Amino acid sequence: MKIALFLCVSLSALPQSLDTGKRIFESQCALCHGQDGSGGRGPSLRKAKLKKTPDDAALKKAIADGLPPEMPGAWQLHPREVDATAAYVRSLGKLIVEEIPGIPAAGEEIFNKTGCANCHIVNGKGNARGPELSAIGARRNAKHLRESILTPNSFLPEDFLLVELTDAAGKTVKGVKANEDLFTIQLALPNGRHASFDKATLKNLKRLTGQSTMPAFPNIPAADLDNLIAYLASLKGAE
Amino acid sequence: MKFALILLSLTALAQVPFERIRDAAKEPGNWLTYSGNLAGHRHSPLAEITPANVANLKVKWAYQFPTGQNQTSPIVVDGVMYVTSPNRAAALDLRTGRELWTWERPIPKDYQSIGFGQVNRGPAILDDKLYIATLDCYLVALDIKTGQQRWATKVEDYKPGYSMTLAPLAIKGKVVVGVSGGEAGIRGFIDAYDANTGTRAWRFFTIPAPGEPGNDTWAGDSWKTGAGSTWVTGAFDPELNLLYWGIGNPGPDWNGDSRKGDNLYTCSFVALDGDTGKLKWHFQFTPHDTHDWDSAHVPMLIDAPVRGKMRKLIVNPNRNAFYYALDRTTGEFIAGQAYAKQTWANGLDDKGRPIVIPGTEPNEAGNLVYPALNGATIWYSPSYSPKTNLVYVATREAGATYFKREADYKPGTFFAGGGERRIPESQQWGAIRALEPTTGKLAWEFKLVSPPWTGVMSTAGGLVISGSNEGNIFALDARTGKPLWNFHSGGQVSSNPISFHIDGHQHIAIAANRVLYVFGL
Repeated sequence: MKIALFLCVSLSALPQSLDTGKRIFESQCALCHGQDGSGGRGPSLRKAKLKKTPDDAALKKAIADGLPPEMPGAWQLHPREVDATAAYVRSLGKLIVEEIPGIPAAGEEIFNKTGCANCHIVNGKGNARGPELSAIGARRNAKHLRESILTPNSFLPEDFLLVELTDAAGKTVKGVKANEDLFTIQLALPNGRHASFDKATLKNLKRLTGQSTMPAFPNIPAADLDNLIAYLASLKGAE
Repeated sequence: MKFALILLSLTALAQVPFERIRDAAKEPGNWLTYSGNLAGHRHSPLAEITPANVANLKVKWAYQFPTGQNQTSPIVVDGVMYVTSPNRAAALDLRTGRELWTWERPIPKDYQSIGFGQVNRGPAILDDKLYIATLDCYLVALDIKTGQQRWATKVEDYKPGYSMTLAPLAIKGKVVVGVSGGEAGIRGFIDAYDANTGTRAWRFFTIPAPGEPGNDTWAGDSWKTGAGSTWVTGAFDPELNLLYWGIGNPGPDWNGDSRKGDNLYTCSFVALDGDTGKLKWHFQFTPHDTHDWDSAHVPMLIDAPVRGKMRKLIVNPNRNAFYYALDRTTGEFIAGQAYAKQTWANGLDDKGRPIVIPGTEPNEAGNLVYPALNGATIWYSPSYSPKTNLVYVATREAGATYFKREADYKPGTFFAGGGERRIPESQQWGAIRALEPTTGKLAWEFKLVSPPWTGVMSTAGGLVISGSNEGNIFALDARTGKPLWNFHSGGQVSSNPISFHIDGHQHIAIAANRVLYVFGL
C-alpha cells in the first residue's frame, strides 16, 4: 500500500528521463502493451520480473531490436531514449499487479466442457483451427482475454483472415487464409484440410475482415467466465 | 610515337569500349549497363518473347548465390553473365550458368550497415574491366577474363557509416559511384574515377559547404551531417555530356529541427558535367524532407513532344508519391501529379514545388501520413518503353505513423531522429502502374498483394516483367496490364529483371532471394 502510494506520487512528477520514457512508451509501445502497461495484444509489463528480459541489458536490446516474431524493434530510438523507455518499463513493474478473480482448475473444466479444445491447442491437446493457447496468459492480459471471448470479432489476429469464395463450379467455400500470392490463394478449411485456388477462375472472393471464425460467448455465466479467464491467464507456456 | 601507337592498339582491342555501351540499342542481345541503356530505360529491344508465346516461358538454368536477398542486375556481354552479391562477383557461362571465375573481398569484422540491408545491386563493365562497389566503400576493378584485381580504390572510410551497395555507372573513360549512409549523418557525394587507373577524377558533394551556393539552405553547422546519400545508379546523356543522379534524404531523417531550410541538394536530381562533375542544374522534389523520402532513383531520359514541341526530358516517379517530367537540359519543371496515395501535399505549384499541408511532419505522439517511409516507390528500377510510350513503375501503397525523436551525431551510429509504424499489413498493397510519360497520368494498373520490392523491365515484344514479395515472377501485357505468365520462385523477389540472347534467342533473368533464374522459350 505504501509502495503503491509512493509510486502514484512519483508517476505524477516523474524525473525527466522517466517522463521521456513514458511519452515514448505511450506513443510507440502502448498500442500492444496498453496505455498503462497492463497489456492487451501484448503482455502486461506490470510485473516485477519480465521473463524474456531478465536484466536491463536484455530489456534495452528487446526495445531496440524487438522480439521476433511479434514485437517490432524501435531501432531508430536514440540510446538515451532506449534507456529512458527501459527505465519507464521497469517503473511499471513496481505497480500493483492486476487481480484475477476465479479458479484456474474450474476454468479448465469449463474450457473442455464448452468445446474450446475443438479449435485451440493447449499443451499439445486439442485441434489447431484457431491460435494455440499454451502460453496465452503470458502474452495477453485478463481484460483482453475476457473481451475476446465475449466479442471475438473485435480482436482478430492478423494471420487468421476469414475468406469466402465461390469456385468456377459455383461451389462456395469458407476458410481461413493460409497463404496468398498474386495469382493463387490457399485456405485452411473447417474440415482441417487445405485447398488451393487460382484467383482468376473464382466467381467471387470475399475477405471477411472483421469476422472471426470463433463463435461469441456473450451468455456465459459471470462466475464461469471468471474461472475460464483465470485458467487462460495461468497458461504461461513451457518454462 | 611508337608508344602512342601501341597504346592506341590496346584501346582498339578493348572488348567493351564506351561506344558499345553508348550504342547499346545496336546490340540488344547484350545487357551492357545497369539499366540496359545509359538513358535509364530498363527496356529490352528484344521482341522474340511476346504476349502470344510468353505462356511457354520456362526455367533454363538457375544460379545459387552464397547469400540471400540478392538484388543484382547482371551485365551480359559476349556469352558471359557477370553477377554480384555483397563484396563478391562471379562470371557465368551464359549457356549453362556454370561459374567461369569468382572474386571475393572480405567484409571487415567491424563493418556495419547503418540503415540498410547488406546487398549489392550489380556490376559495371568498360573496356576490359568489371567494376564493383563494395560495402566497405572500395571501388574495385577486375579483369573480365579472369576476375583478377586490376585496382581497388578507397572511396571513403566505412567507419563513420559510408558504404556502397549500388551498381557503378561507366561513362566515357570514367566509372561513377555514389554512397549509402543517409541514416549515419554522412556528407554525401558522387565520385568519378579514371576507369584505367582508379584515380579519382572528380567529386561532387551533395551538401554545399559554406561559401558555396545552397549552403544557406542549412541552419548553422547542420550541413556537416546533412546526409544526402547517392545510393542508386544514375543516367547519362552522351550528347549533352550530362550525368543525372538522385540524392537521398537529409539527416537526421525524421527530426528537421536542427536543419531549418530547404536542405539542398537532398531529395533532388542533379545534372553534372561528365568531365568535371560541375553542377549544371538541380531540381528538389521534397524540400526540407522529414519522412526519409530519398530521391535515390534511376532517372529516365526520354525525348517527347510537350505542347507540340519535342523536348529532351528527364522523368521520375518519386518516393514522395508524385510523378515529375523535367527538361533535362535546364531542369525546368514541365508537369507532375500524384501517382499513388499521398496525404502530405496539396499538389505541386507551377515550379514543381510541393504545396505542403501544414502539420504533416513527424511529431512526438506520432502522425499518420501517406506514403510510408519506404515511399510510393524506392530504389528498384522503373522502365520506359518507346514501343508503348509508357512509363512503368512498381508502386507501394502504404501509410505510416511517423515519430520525431532526439538525434545527436556520433560517428558510426544512427542519426535518424525518429521512425515510423506502418499501417497493418492487411491494409498495405501495391501495383504495377503504367503512366503517360509527359504527365504521369495513369494508363493502367495491375494490383499486387503487398507493397513490392522489385523493379520492372519492359520489352519490345510487348511485355512488362516484374516480381512480388510472395515469390511470383510474372509478365504483363505492356499495353493493358493483363497478366500473361507467372512462375513461383519460392523466394521473395527484390531485384531488377534484364533480358538478352543466349544462342540468338531471347531470355530473361531475375534474382529471387538466393537464386538467379534464367527463363527462355
